[in-house]
Amino acid sequence: MPITPTTNGGLELLCDSKKIHNVNIEQQNGEGKLIMKDLLSWVRTNLIKERPEMFMKGDTVRPGVLVLVNDCDWELSGQLDTSLEEKDVVVFISTLHGG
Amino acid sequence: MEGEGERGRKRGGRVCCVCNKERASVKRPKTLQHMCRECFFNAFESEIHQVIIQNSLFIAGDRVAIGASGGKDSTVLAYVLSKLNRLHNYGLNLFLLSVDEGITGYRDDSLQTVHRNHLQYQLPLQVVSYKDLYGWTMDQIVDVIGFKNNCTFCGVFRRQALDRGAALLKVDKLVTGHNADDIAETVLLNLLRGDVARLSRCTSITTGEDGPIPRCKPFKYTLDYFSTECIYSPNAYRGFAREFIKDLERIRPRAILDIIKSGENFRISTTTKMPEQGTCQRCGYISSQKWCKACVLLDGLNRGLPKLGIGRSRGGVGSENGKESKVDKSIQGKQCGTLDF
Ligand SMILES: [Zn+2]
Ligand SMILES: [Zn+2]
Repeated sequence: MPITPTTNGGLELLCDSKKIHNVNIEQQNGEGKLIMKDLLSWVRTNLIKERPEMFMKGDTVRPGVLVLVNDCDWELSGQLDTSLEEKDVVVFISTLHGG
Repeated sequence: MEGEGERGRKRGGRVCCVCNKERASVKRPKTLQHMCRECFFNAFESEIHQVIIQNSLFIAGDRVAIGASGGKDSTVLAYVLSKLNRLHNYGLNLFLLSVDEGITGYRDDSLQTVHRNHLQYQLPLQVVSYKDLYGWTMDQIVDVIGFKNNCTFCGVFRRQALDRGAALLKVDKLVTGHNADDIAETVLLNLLRGDVARLSRCTSITTGEDGPIPRCKPFKYTLDYFSTECIYSPNAYRGFAREFIKDLERIRPRAILDIIKSGENFRISTTTKMPEQGTCQRCGYISSQKWCKACVLLDGLNRGLPKLGIGRSRGGVGSENGKESKVDKSIQGKQCGTLDF
C-alpha cells in the first residue's frame, strides 16, 4: 500500500535529513488493513536511522511529537487505531527542541 | 486538495465545533475543542491579541524586535505580530533579530527561514553573530569544550547577543516566542535549583523592565503545538524537565498552565536577599558579579581553561588563584545544564 510518511520539525535529522518518504508498505495481517500502530513500527524499523527514542516511547510516539493523518491531528481519528488508506499522507512533527 | 475532505468524511471525521461546517483537524490542548484549520487560526490570533491588550505589552510607536530563531515559535510570532499590528493598528515598528551561533548545518537551515520571514513579512532583519560579538563560533567552542556543557555557553551568550542586537536596533522591547511549555519548564528548573529569586520572576510576561531592554512573551499562555529552540544537547538537565512537561501535557494539557500559576504564586519574603544588579567591569553588561557570565566563560575559553565558570569546580579546574574560584563558585548552579543529579 503506497503511503507518504513525512518527518518534520527536526525528526528528519533521524532519517538522513530526508523529510518526505514515498513508500510502499505490505499489509501486516492478511486482511489488507493498515493502522497507525503498524505504520509506526514500520517507520521506526525502516526510516529512523538513529536515536529512535527521539521518535517513540513505548509503543507510541514520544510525547511532544505531533501526528497528522491527511492534515488532521490523529487524536481526532483514533491515534494508534487510525486506519490508513492508499496514498494517505502521515506527518510527524517534533515539537521538542532540535529533534 | 479536494480529496482530503472526502477522506475525512469517509472516516467519520468530526466537524469543527466553532463553524459546524468544516472538518475538524486539530484538538486544542487548552480547551480540548475540535476545530478546523481556519477557526483554529482565528481563535489563536484573537487570544494573542487579548493577551497583548490585557497585559499592555506595547504602546503605539514602540520599536519592537522579534527574537527570530527560524524555529517554529518565532516564525509564528513574526507572522502573528505583523498581522495583528496591521489588523489592530498597534502602531509598532517591528524588526527581526536573529542570533547566528555559528553552528554548521543546524543553524544554516533556520537562518534561511529567518531570511524567508524577513522577505515574506517585510520586516527589517538584524543578524548578530557569536563570532563578531565574542570572537568564537559555537562550533569552535564545542571543539574545545565538547558537547557536555555547550548549553551553558549558548544560554549565556545568546541572552547577551539578543540584548546587544536589540541595542543596535535601538528598540524599546524585545519579544520572544517562549510558550507555556518553556515557562513551565523554567519554573520547574528554578524550583529544583532552589533559585527562589528567579522562580516567580521567570513567570512574568514582561521581564527586565529595570534593565536596558524589557522582554515580553506574548505566547506565555499558549499550549498549541510549538516549541522553542534550544541548541540542543539531548542530555542536558533541561531535557529532563522538558520531557516531564511533555509527559504531563499528554495526560492533561492544562497542567502546564497550573505549573506557571504556582510559579507566579511564589512570593519572596522580604528577608530573602535578592542579588544586586550592577554592571560588568569588563564589558558593561548588567551583572550582579564583578564580571558577567559571558565574560567569565570567554575568559576561560581565551585562556585555554574552557571549564572555567561552568558548574561546580572540580579539582583544580579554573582555580589558579582565589579570585577566580570565587567567581566560579558564585555562578555555579544557576545555568542551563549545570546541575548533576
Ligand atoms: Zn471551523
Ligand atoms: Zn561582561
